Amino acid sequence: MEENKTFTISVYSENNVGLLNRISGIFLKRHINIESLNVSKSEIENVSKFTIVVNTTEDWTRKIVGQVEKQIEVIKAYYHTDEETIFLETGLFKIASNLLFDERQIQNIIKDNHSDIVTVSPDFFVISKSGRREEIEEMYEQLKPYGIMQFVRSGRVSVSKSEMQISNILKEFQL
Amino acid sequence: MEVKTLKKEESKTGKKIRISGAEAVIHCLLAEGIETVYGYPGGAIMPIYDELYKFRDKLHHVLTRHEQGATHAAQGYARVSGKVGVAMATSGPGATNLITGIADAQIDSTPMVCITGQVARHLLGSDAFQETDIVGISTPVTKWNYQITNAAEIPEIIAKAFYIARSGRPGPVLIDITKNAQFDEFDFDYQKCTAIRSYKPAPVVDESKITEAAEAINKAKKPMIVWGQGIILGKAEEELKALVEKAGIPAAWTILGASALSSSHPLNVGMVGMHGNYGPNILTNECDLLIALGMRFDDRVTGDLSTYAKQAKVLHFEIDPAEINKNVHADIPVLGNVKETLAKVLPLVNENKHEAWHNEFKEKYKIEFDKVIKNDLHPKKEGLTMGEVIEQINQASNHEAVMVSDVGQHQMIACRYAKFNTTKSNITSGGLGTMGFALPAAIGAKMGAPKREVVAVIGDGGYQMTIQELGTIFQTKVPVKIVVLNNDFLGMVRQWQQLFFDKRYASTEMTNPDFVTIAEGYHIQAKKVTKREDLAAAVEEMMASPHAYFLEVRVEKEDNVFPMIPTGASVSDIRLS
Repeated sequence: MEENKTFTISVYSENNVGLLNRISGIFLKRHINIESLNVSKSEIENVSKFTIVVNTTEDWTRKIVGQVEKQIEVIKAYYHTDEETIFLETGLFKIASNLLFDERQIQNIIKDNHSDIVTVSPDFFVISKSGRREEIEEMYEQLKPYGIMQFVRSGRVSVSKSEMQISNILKEFQL
Repeated sequence: MEVKTLKKEESKTGKKIRISGAEAVIHCLLAEGIETVYGYPGGAIMPIYDELYKFRDKLHHVLTRHEQGATHAAQGYARVSGKVGVAMATSGPGATNLITGIADAQIDSTPMVCITGQVARHLLGSDAFQETDIVGISTPVTKWNYQITNAAEIPEIIAKAFYIARSGRPGPVLIDITKNAQFDEFDFDYQKCTAIRSYKPAPVVDESKITEAAEAINKAKKPMIVWGQGIILGKAEEELKALVEKAGIPAAWTILGASALSSSHPLNVGMVGMHGNYGPNILTNECDLLIALGMRFDDRVTGDLSTYAKQAKVLHFEIDPAEINKNVHADIPVLGNVKETLAKVLPLVNENKHEAWHNEFKEKYKIEFDKVIKNDLHPKKEGLTMGEVIEQINQASNHEAVMVSDVGQHQMIACRYAKFNTTKSNITSGGLGTMGFALPAAIGAKMGAPKREVVAVIGDGGYQMTIQELGTIFQTKVPVKIVVLNNDFLGMVRQWQQLFFDKRYASTEMTNPDFVTIAEGYHIQAKKVTKREDLAAAVEEMMASPHAYFLEVRVEKEDNVFPMIPTGASVSDIRLS
């Protein structure tokens, strides 16, 4: 059996209602869990980009990408390993404001993790940390003893080291 | 397009004419060359039905007795004619009743457009009467789907729907139209869709693969072709025949590929798969080159993948890139429309005979004939076999009938023994295995090919799943011939219970009604045959009738279909008994 690995699937598509459902259904049909999902605009006007992270075999990933690409509104889909991409996630921590003054260690945690204070109000302050998932997890563990009021982590966003030639595909269509 | 039917005074903007969304739907269908639609009215689609009434002399609407029947009829129509089948239903239960047929069309790559009514835009999401999220429900089983909430979208979306349904690897498309969009008026203008930027119907042919494929064919000592429905969908029957004859390659077929090459062609070596012929199954694991043409290596074809054709180099001619290496590794994938790729390969292929290799198929056929075929077609026992009924139909139809089969033992027997001279003659539910498919599909098939004889062969189980469509036959007077092979059992499940579940016949024995009386209730001429000596005359009488005809044949209760590759076994382990 081929071993499971983390793959980042990048899908360039038209921005249409229902496509998310269609794409997620491809994973559902194969009983494969989506680790993270992000939908945003891409470098091309009116083209959306899905960034989907899965942990499965390369064989399954290739087959899934084939099925995704087959969808009418998908322009092109790619998959990459972690080594082939630059990627990060963002975590937001909401913490009681008094701790910033009562617990000096918190300031060190913020500094040591190269994180940013997004906002400070009389009741709470918010720290944002971007990076690899392990880095955000580590910061979470460090802050946990002091009490985290709210925590959220985004899906992965990623760019590939190699080129993804969407513009060429769209240009070909116009010819 | 020319909109002849519109009142001139309404035309204020030259080509564009102000009409309702519902009327626009009809004009779109007419512009796509649609003559027949199958469906069932209801609240949310009433504006469209109102227009169907006005256009009834131009667009023939067939009222089925259930929406599932409408989809299967549309499938039968599409499969036999190569055109897009159209089915319509209202929102809610009307729409959900389409799902089985849509799923069937998706897995069997049948071009179909389904149009559903939907509650008005302002009611969406309010759990309104007969509201259901049909776009959400149908997403996994459609090639594409879309909800129209604004009348002005209708021409563009319907044009896209037909383009997507029929191009590339065909499939079903569902268009859901809210009631307000059916009522609203807009400036109508129809343009056919010819391209979509994110959709490539057929991949660009890689010439190097053509050369590699031809070299592999020329080098092979024991080449074997397995063709599928791609040959029929791609209209590549002539190219297939030319390749088979020029290179002298024995050619076998999947059930959906049946009839693309005449059954009597000397190099047609029969069916592959679970109940396929002995030779092509066994020799799949002895050939040195497996040439797969427009087929997708379904598990019912391959059996255990880890022992499937491991010794052979695999050439895979395929239009859908997602099928390459999905189940079986392709040493040489040849992507593209199979008609185009075969035409390119043909001139590069050397003439050959492969006589010794072909003889191996003939020897295997002799074994199968003695152990299985002889007993199926010329039985010595008292009870009637399904095989001899199919053989009678072959003779009475001169191998020219369209055979529409349902799902189960009778289907396997029909596919094994039916003889076809003409392509698009074997209509059956392959991938989904939908019981209840045949009766409505036969209605559509007869309407799609009115000059051809259409015979539905159905088991007693599947028949009762869509038996209500006798009403459609009665009302439309469509002259289909219906043969029910009655063994008072869900025969295929019973066979598995016998072989793999120690004869525990859980819920497979059926207490059946008097089928003849039921058919006669619909004023369909009906007959029942229980003895061999009455069979030939009954089949001939049925085929000679200019009207619909129902024939029930009582067959042996506990016959099994052989050969058989048990689930998960290798094609080499095919059983003859």
